[in-house]
Parts: sequence; C-alpha cells; structure tokens
Amino acid sequence: MQPQIGRSVPRKEGRDKVTGKATYVDDFSLDGMLYGVTIRTPVARGRIRGITFAPHIRWEEFVIVTAKDIPGHNGVALIDEEQPYLAEHVFHHAEEPVALLAHPDKHLLEEARRAVTVNVEPLPPVLKMEDASRVFKSFLVQKGDVDSVWSGADFVVEGEYSTGAQEQLYIENNGMVAVANANDGVTVWGSMQCPYYVHKALRRLFDLPDHKVRVVQLETGGGFGGKEEYPSMIAGHAALLAWKSGKPVKIMYDRAEDMVATTKRHPSVTRHRTAVSKDGRLLGMEIDFAIDGGAYMTLSPVVLSRGTIHAAGPYYCPNVRVKSRAVATNHPPHGAFRGFGAPQSIFALERHMNRVAEAVGLSPEEFRRRNFIRQGETTATGQTINEEVDLSGLMETAFRRSDYYVKRERFSKTNNETTSKKGIGFAAFMHGAGFTGSGEDYLKSMVGVEATADGRFRVLVSSTEIGQGTNTILCQIAAETLGADYDAVEIAKPDTSSAPNSGPTVASRTCMIVGKLVESAALGLKQMMAQSDARPLRAFSQYTAPPGVRWDDEKYQGDAYGAYGWAVYVAEVTVDMLTWETQVDDFVAVQEVGKVIHPVLAAGQIEGGVAQGIGFALYENVVWRDGRMANNQMTNYIMPTAADLPPIRVYFAETPYAYGPSGAKGIGELPMDGPAPAILNAVEHATGLRVDHAPLTPELLCASS
Amino acid sequence: MRIELNCTVNGVARTTQVYPMARLLDVLREKLRLTGTKEGCGEGECGACSVLIDGALVNSCLLPALQAEGAKITTIEGVAAGEKLHAVQEAFLRYGGAQCGMCTPGMILAAVNLLERTPHPTEAEVRNGLAGNLCRCTGYTKIFEAVVKACES
Repeated sequence: MQPQIGRSVPRKEGRDKVTGKATYVDDFSLDGMLYGVTIRTPVARGRIRGITFAPHIRWEEFVIVTAKDIPGHNGVALIDEEQPYLAEHVFHHAEEPVALLAHPDKHLLEEARRAVTVNVEPLPPVLKMEDASRVFKSFLVQKGDVDSVWSGADFVVEGEYSTGAQEQLYIENNGMVAVANANDGVTVWGSMQCPYYVHKALRRLFDLPDHKVRVVQLETGGGFGGKEEYPSMIAGHAALLAWKSGKPVKIMYDRAEDMVATTKRHPSVTRHRTAVSKDGRLLGMEIDFAIDGGAYMTLSPVVLSRGTIHAAGPYYCPNVRVKSRAVATNHPPHGAFRGFGAPQSIFALERHMNRVAEAVGLSPEEFRRRNFIRQGETTATGQTINEEVDLSGLMETAFRRSDYYVKRERFSKTNNETTSKKGIGFAAFMHGAGFTGSGEDYLKSMVGVEATADGRFRVLVSSTEIGQGTNTILCQIAAETLGADYDAVEIAKPDTSSAPNSGPTVASRTCMIVGKLVESAALGLKQMMAQSDARPLRAFSQYTAPPGVRWDDEKYQGDAYGAYGWAVYVAEVTVDMLTWETQVDDFVAVQEVGKVIHPVLAAGQIEGGVAQGIGFALYENVVWRDGRMANNQMTNYIMPTAADLPPIRVYFAETPYAYGPSGAKGIGELPMDGPAPAILNAVEHATGLRVDHAPLTPELLCASS
Repeated sequence: MRIELNCTVNGVARTTQVYPMARLLDVLREKLRLTGTKEGCGEGECGACSVLIDGALVNSCLLPALQAEGAKITTIEGVAAGEKLHAVQEAFLRYGGAQCGMCTPGMILAAVNLLERTPHPTEAEVRNGLAGNLCRCTGYTKIFEAVVKACES
C-alpha cells in the first residue's frame, strides 16, 4: 500500500464541483417551500416606534414574523445571548433584523419587502472606537517588568498602526432552508462552518431539547470565518418563518444584503512602544491593541484574545506588556475572518519592527535575526517553545527564492530615475493552531471512524468542507492509519442527528486537532477489527490535551497554543507615482506547518490566503457612511482578480509536530497574517513614504506624500 | 405576460414559458433545473453565472431571457461528454483548480472558451482570459496551472 499522507489525491467532492452537480443551499428545495426575507433597521441606533405595511400589498398572503412570535429566547446563543434575532424596542446598528416575511413567489416578496417601513426614533450612534464607552472584553498579558526598561534603553521607538474592516466575500452568499413545527421540532439545511453552533442557537430560540433540533450542512461555497456565527441568525429566521407558516422556508441572501448586514474583519488600532539596545536587542515591548467589536459582543472576546497573543510576534523579548480591548460601537457586529485578530496585530508589529531596525541602524533582516525566538525561549505569555523552530532559516530561504538582497540594493539605486518605483519588503510571523489556551479542553471534540457492512470505511465528524479540503485530508489520515486505500474511505455529511461534535471548523484546527482525533479513532478501529469480524464497527476518540500543556485563564499565561506555524513572506511591488497605484509583482511565501498532508491542497490554502492578504493590504476598503457599509457591491468593493495578482510562490519546510496527525500542524489562517505588512514594507522601500494603515489605497498614499 | 422561449441548451432543444425580462440565470436554474450555474453577485462582476451563448462567454445574470431566443447555450452540465470529463474539468480536479466550487462552473466555462479561441495561451492570456471570473479561495494560481495542463493534454 502506498503512503496516503503527502500525496495529492483527488478532492473527495471534486467531481461534483467540476460538473455542477454539487448541491449548495440555493440549489436545494423542498415541496411547498416559501421564500423568506428580512426587514431591517434604517439607521445605526434608535428606538422602534412601529412597523408600517403599505396598503397596496395583499398582506394576508404573506407570513409575517416579529419578535412577539419567538417561542423561546430572543437572543443568538454564542458567548452571550444579547444579540436579538429580531429587535423589538431598541436597536444598536443599521441593518439589524426587525421582521421577517415569507411568500411562495420571490418577486412578490421583494415588492412586499419594499412596502414595509420600520418607523424609528434615531439616537446618536457611536461610530469611532475612541468615542466608545462600553468595553466587551479586555486582556492584560505581562512578562517580566516592562516599566523598568525605558530609562536604560539606548532607543525607544513608538508607532501607531491601523487596519480597516474587510469583507470575507465568499462567492456563495449565506442561505438556509428550514422545516419547523411543534411536533417534529426544527430542521435546517444550509451554508455554514459550524453545525453545532447553529444547533445550540436553535435550541435556545425555540426552547427545544437537543434531539428536536437537527442541523445539516450543505455544500458550502467558502466561509473564511464569515460563516462561523451569522448562520445561526439566518437559520433562526428561516425556522421562525417555517414555525409560523407550517411550511418549509428558504432564506437566501443576495450579495448586497450579505455584505451590508453580516460580519466583517474587526477594524483595529495598535500602539507600540519598544525599548531596544544599541546592538539591536529587544529589551521591552509595550503594546496597546484595540478592536471595534460593533454593536454586540458575538465573537469579539476570542478575536481579541488571538490578536493579543500574536501581538508580540515571533520574537524573544524579556519584558512585554500587551493591553487590549474590544469596544462597542454601532457598526454591525464584526466577526470571525481568517486570522481572527492576528492579521491586525501582526500588521502593526511587522511595520513597527522595520521602524525599530531603522532607529538602531540595522537592516530589517539583521534586526529580526538578532531577536527571532528560538527553541527553549519563551513567548509573551510565558510559553516555552519546545518545538524546533528556525525563523532565520525560513528567512534565508525566502530571500534566496525572491532574490531579496540583490533586488533590495538594485531598487534603491535605480528608483530615483523613474516615476515607476520598485520595492521589496518582508514580514516574519507565526500563527497558533487550534483554540487558544484551554479552549480545546472545553470543546472536548469527538470524532468517529466506522467500518461499514460493505467493507468500506467512513469518517464521522461535524467538521465542514468549505473548500479548504476537510473531506479529503480526513479521509487520507484515516486511510493511512487503517492501511486502507483512499478510495475505500468516505466521509459522512455533517449532520447533528448522526455526526459527533468534532467542534467548529475554525481556528486552523481541522487538520491538527480533528485530524489527530481521526488518526486515534482509526487506530482504535483497527484494533477492534483485529478482534471482531462484526460490521458495522465504530470507534470514537475524544480530545485530551498533549502532556505538559498548561494555561492560566486568569493571568493569561502559559501555553497559548499546542503548536505554531512559522513563516516569512517577501513581496515585490511597483508603485506608479503618477496614479499612486501599487502592483504586487512577485510574492514568495515560505512556511513551516509541520508535515504537509496534501501538497496541492496545502499550497492552495497558502495561495488563497495570500490573495486575501493582498486584498487586505491594497484593495479591500469598506466605506462606512453613518455606520452602514456604503460600497456593499462587488462593483465597488474591490477584491483581487486574476489580472491583479502576482505569481504566488509557495515553499514548505516540514518539521513534524509530535501531536499532529503524521506530524501536521494547522495551516488555514497563517497566510492571512503576512502579506499586508510585507507589502507596506515594500511600498516604503520603493517610495520612502510611510503609511501605517491597511488598506493602502492610492488616495492614502497620495495624501501621505 | 409570459413569452415562449426556444433555445438549445447543452445540445437539447428546449421550449419554456418565461417573463421576457427574466434573467437567463433564473430560467436556467429554476425553469430548467440546471443549478450548476451559480449566482455570486447578480450584477455581472463575479462571473459565477457564466455560460456560453453561441460560443461567447456571457454573465447569465445580466441577460434577459428574450435575448436567448434561438441561442445555443452551454452550461456546466454540458461540458463533460457523458461520464467523460472535459480536459479542463479533469485538470481542475487534478491540479487543485476547485476549492469551494462556487466559482468553478463559470471558471471552467471561461477556460473552455479561452482554449477554444486560443488553444495555447500565454500566461498573460490566461490571466486576462479569466479576469472576469472571481475566485476567493485559490488566489488563481492552481486555476492557471490547471488551464495550462489542460491544453497540454
């Protein structure tokens, strides 16, 4: 049997995807199904005075749901339950759901939607982070004694950095289909990352026991975090309409609604104050990190947590203090997006490290070389890095692949003579895989592997395929462990009525954490099969922390993540000094993510993440007008096209991680962290202009000249 | 008021009653149940709804049904020859051109169309040929590779 790991087998659901047979939520229908739409608030904050239904519509044909129709608790169950499914008296952001309509005819439904007016008494909204008075969550991470370093430091370097909101922009908009009644309970089918999050939310909304709620994931056209929490809202809405009408209901968002109403990446502001010696050693880092949580808490505390822990980056520094907070504004809640706070704080750090290097009189690379964290040293949370790590080696590989040294020197010499200026820059960073701290202990994820009656195998998980390759890699891992052929292993559709809860599909945890559980369940099954010929036969495995992992939730100290991916990315740019446009000409991404399970899928994760990172760096600008996204169209919210992107050249170093399946670590979020600082560092090299905000639009660059 | 629309879809003559200004996308998906054609933006930006009409790549979300009268339409369902995949589909499968799969039908039709016009495209021609189809997953690298491999086969 040839090895199944490290081999680029065909994607399990690939054939259905290339032939158009794959069933996404918009392709899924039930007999007698109605369509549903959402009526939303017109301004960012206020009181609801009433709802007017214009008389030209035959309202008796429509199902109408308001907060009064909710059978259970009117709050989306997540970390807290404050965000209402339907606002009743007051509201805290524009586009907040107030009422729901359903009708068999989509076109009449749209006409009806336009005939509803939510009458409001507007109140002044809070739209700037500095004006916010409510703090959802704050953290303090301390190492050593940072207050003692300033007076003895040769240099103290300060800087402020900020990032804007970013839309996930999965190509498939959000949607759900629901069937609901008091006898059978609630069933939903739809586009989502986390079936058990939706399950928990529906239980509370309808006040139903576990077995009366069923959640089934359909083929999902991209998530990137954007289908982590908001699907609970849409599932709830579809189910409320189904409950009241007694008929199946589909809610399918169009692009404009998906962009204006659902979550985006948290905008951020980071302040750095760094003490450094004249030989370029980091003595102390003080970091203040703030994110805009929007109107409700949703996932902001955990986004903040990851951003906070990554804020001091892959460097050894004896004295660190990171203070962070997520504040409440009247924007729609910001939420999960690939990287989950880390792209924001790493952007700040990797811009700032260049500034510190310059203050000391060292090249950016020499300064980093002197401060990179090494095996045996401790991070800001006091975690000792036990795994092998060689950031200098990754950096040299990245420089060799990008011809960094030669280009850095040549561009510096030739740029004066032209209006088309070239630059090269880089960023070094890491990304922790799995839930932070004790998160995986709380989740206690469970997976199963089954030997079926027809001599095949089936992986049982609620981890979702959202394009990243879950189906394929989990089957590879099971096949490898069982000594079976890849084609003999299949994966069951995520369905809460039959699949164990393997946790949410987030946090770069599917390969490393869930994959490891698949490996151990498959091992258990193999042992059972050696002793019994009975079929079907099932083995399960539940998460337990690797030995020696410790975390203190109170002090925010200890082993923040089981393992980290490490990376150095190099960007080469051309800046047109007449139009102020920046083009990325070449991109080299070097990373160490443990053993690579599937080389094609892994490279695909990096390439796609880098593309989103380039969008974050240069193009993707959410324009806010009175707390509402003004450019909620693909026409004027610009993501990279095939013509915009450079060659993205991906290289892996593979250092096996002892507690990952076949030595694999997490990979999905890592590539989001590096592109923005690498590109802005390259733009500074090209132009000498210092911009510390992403996205770096031509207007912003022009204004800084 | 509905009109009768006659067109050939994936080699089969079809007649259906439609509103004249119905989007061809909805006619294909809802009337003919060809749900392989996807809606991403509804305004002609993303190309997920691309189909071939008389050999030209068209965003079906922008085309009123009446304009398809008499047309020969190819959707993703008509690209493979029965069970045998087209070289472009085979290459997308093998070289990682499809991730979430939502842009894939339109992207494959754009690639098929490109290779019909330009059997051996340069890298710049591939980039420009596919620039009207947005993909959020791949960064396009694996898609370019798949297109290059497809024309080698």
